[in-house]
Amino acid sequence: MTAVEEKPARNRLISGPGTLLVWLYGVMVVGAVSRSVYQIATDFGRAPLAYSLSAVAGVVYGFITYSLVRGGERARRAALVCCAAELVGVLGVGTWTLVEPSAFADSTVWSDYGMEYLFIPVLLPLSALYWLRRTREQAPSAP
Amino acid sequence: MLAVLTLVTGVAALLLAAWCGWAAYRDQPTKDWHFIGMAVVSVLALIQLVIGIVALARGERPDQGTTIFVAYLLGAFACVPAAGFMSLGERTRWGSVTVAAGGVVLAVLEVRLYDIWGG
Repeated sequence: MTAVEEKPARNRLISGPGTLLVWLYGVMVVGAVSRSVYQIATDFGRAPLAYSLSAVAGVVYGFITYSLVRGGERARRAALVCCAAELVGVLGVGTWTLVEPSAFADSTVWSDYGMEYLFIPVLLPLSALYWLRRTREQAPSAP
Repeated sequence: MLAVLTLVTGVAALLLAAWCGWAAYRDQPTKDWHFIGMAVVSVLALIQLVIGIVALARGERPDQGTTIFVAYLLGAFACVPAAGFMSLGERTRWGSVTVAAGGVVLAVLEVRLYDIWGG
């Protein structure tokens, strides 16, 4: 599914633990995107906020997955920013769903800190941030 | 029929996860035997996909909608092979961890499939 090509020039982000991260992000992309596409296509009026947030989550996951597979310093930084945004998103939406459940007619990927998804949505950005910070040391060109 | 197959596939997926988790614990990459195990689980998921589609063609309807059912069947089928290919590219313990995670994801999908079909 994911082509692993040898490019020594680029800082590889998907070796070692990165493989597991790409796999989990890939699963979340499929989960969030297919879920929001189906919900938006069939019954958008029921919970527009929840379904839009799931779609946004899917796009963010997709971008992070692409960045990890692509590798390199710029992709690493972009992924770092997106993972931080993702963490803010999952914490914000998670709190929001607990404080104000009435705003959400249906659950999103990030509801209750991603409880429906085994809390992977909140654990994933934390481990990704750790991994992306650690891979900086081996970066060939640190600007 | 579908319920039994869902149970069998889910249990097989968990066994695969435990097996590859053990390999990862012992700091080993996935070996030929693991790939045979992945093939067995994938074949189970493929049989499930075929039987699910046959059931739909016969006019049986899942509780939570046909689209979701087919989407989960396809996801369940693609799950382990995708993880297997990633472990081919990562010949360390982390490849084994990835396949173990794939097994757990498949088991979760099977639980969801059981609910979607309506037990």
